[in-house]
Amino acid sequence: MNILVCVKQVPDTTEIKIDPETNTLLRNGVPSIANPYDICALELAVRCKKEHGASVTVLTMGPEQAKAVLKECLSLGADHAYLVSDRLFGGSDTLATSYILSTAIRRLEQEHGVYDLILCGKQAIDGDTAQVGPEIAEELGRPQITYAADLTLAGEEIHVKRETDDGYDIIGAKLPALATVIKTNFPPLVPTMKSKLAANRAVIPVITSNDLEIDPARCGLKGSPTKVRKTFVPPRGKKTIKISGENPEEAARQLVEAFRQAQVL
Amino acid sequence: MSTIHPGKNIFVFIETENGQPKNVGYELLAPGRTLAEQSGQQLVGVVIGSHVEQCARDAICYGAEQVILVDGPEYEPYTTDAFSIALTRLIEKYSPSTVLMGATGNGRDLAPRISSRLGTGLTADCTSLEINGETGEMVWTRPAFGGNLMAMILCPDHRPQMGTVRPGVFKKRPYDETAAGEIIREEISIAPGESRTRLIERIKEVSESVDLEGAEIIVAAGRGIGGPQNMGIVEELADALGGTVAVSRAVVDAGWVPHAYQVGQTGKNVSPKLYIACGISGAIQHTCGISGADYVVAINKDPDAPIFELADWGIVGDLFEILPALTAAVREG
Repeated sequence: MNILVCVKQVPDTTEIKIDPETNTLLRNGVPSIANPYDICALELAVRCKKEHGASVTVLTMGPEQAKAVLKECLSLGADHAYLVSDRLFGGSDTLATSYILSTAIRRLEQEHGVYDLILCGKQAIDGDTAQVGPEIAEELGRPQITYAADLTLAGEEIHVKRETDDGYDIIGAKLPALATVIKTNFPPLVPTMKSKLAANRAVIPVITSNDLEIDPARCGLKGSPTKVRKTFVPPRGKKTIKISGENPEEAARQLVEAFRQAQVL
Repeated sequence: MSTIHPGKNIFVFIETENGQPKNVGYELLAPGRTLAEQSGQQLVGVVIGSHVEQCARDAICYGAEQVILVDGPEYEPYTTDAFSIALTRLIEKYSPSTVLMGATGNGRDLAPRISSRLGTGLTADCTSLEINGETGEMVWTRPAFGGNLMAMILCPDHRPQMGTVRPGVFKKRPYDETAAGEIIREEISIAPGESRTRLIERIKEVSESVDLEGAEIIVAAGRGIGGPQNMGIVEELADALGGTVAVSRAVVDAGWVPHAYQVGQTGKNVSPKLYIACGISGAIQHTCGISGADYVVAINKDPDAPIFELADWGIVGDLFEILPALTAAVREG
């Protein structure tokens, strides 16, 4: 079984603060992390590996620093890691990104055989688009199952527990296929001292445009159908009426009175 | 025979399940109609499903000027392949300038598959839609960086321009049962091999369906609730107010309450009359989901919690004391 997991290095969006004076984003000092949903995808891959035996490859696109997330994945149980990196790829939207990643995946498959299963996080916490996974599946012509909470192998098929509004669907698909993974509730993977050291020493191959049969017109800013016209910090702030009673009962009564006056109830 | 002018119409995809529409499709007909009028285009509803003729009729009553209806057994249950084949074929045939879809689970599964097949741009989870009346170019506004930043996105050189919108962002137009509009039937059959996934089993975990988007009053719990064993005091207040319980992402991530109850960027967008946030710090990924609320109450121990910045009323204090007191005060009337 040959599994590929796509990961992304993202800013930890829970650590982003707004400068109250200028109402702008404070990016300095925001740590870069592996996208949490991608780590969930890696967890499912590593669980497959433990149960059925599998080779787990991780792939990311980004600058040189993105090797840090690949090393983290290696320390958590991935066997191989590749960085896709080229100035030509900078500024890519989801369509261009999925084209580049798919081209890199095809290239890797020429050498290592078809990946039976490609896993992605359901979305990255910086863009939150949830588009790159399905777009890779489309580009590679493979079936997709989004919002996977768990999966099991059943012969030539994969059975995926797909989250729905009011529960789960079990969806079957023939391999090769792609699944995107939600936050799972399995105990998190923990690296050992040994696996950490090995990951730190690992040499990560870099795939550039020279290694790929790729159409530059479909890459980067130029190859992206969507363009960001501008960004802004959403307006915040409201006049809050602080309610402070002598005791909780008093505060509660005041609040109910306020509801009544505003005709909320 | 079709009277639709190619390249001069706005498609709104109306998702159905078990013959029933998802509300977001009808919601999108409201901004869709405005955008169409501003740019001299037609608003076309697209209904795909099994036994969904009534949905097509209702789409007209909610504002569609025309509806394209694809009705067949292969469209129930939803599969990525069948729906992407059908919708792509309709887009290729009718060349709409713009396609709007609901950002439901299936909508977010389907939209990128189609935009990728068509090689066009897609903007996810838009919270505001504008159009250039002359060129028909859309300006898609969406949150990024966990809602800390809003981005305005264009798709200048590719058509159709596509976007998804989350449920609850827009309100439906009033139902006009006298509205007239043409329903165009399209037969698109899917061969058995074309659909590569199949539903094996459907498991319902939430006993009754949770309708946060439609709730008038919501009492929401955050990490401050401490654990699932304490949800009772939240439920009691919701009960007393005739409202619905919701939670923040932290509560779902901790495994205390199912995801169906989650409000915020990775949960539901809500627009109640009253939203009571209990023990919710007010991270922007949460608060961007309640921007449609008329009144917000914040109850939190931490006087510096950001939730107070957008609350109409704030009580600094222990929710374990305040909620039961509030429940009692509401019951006393």
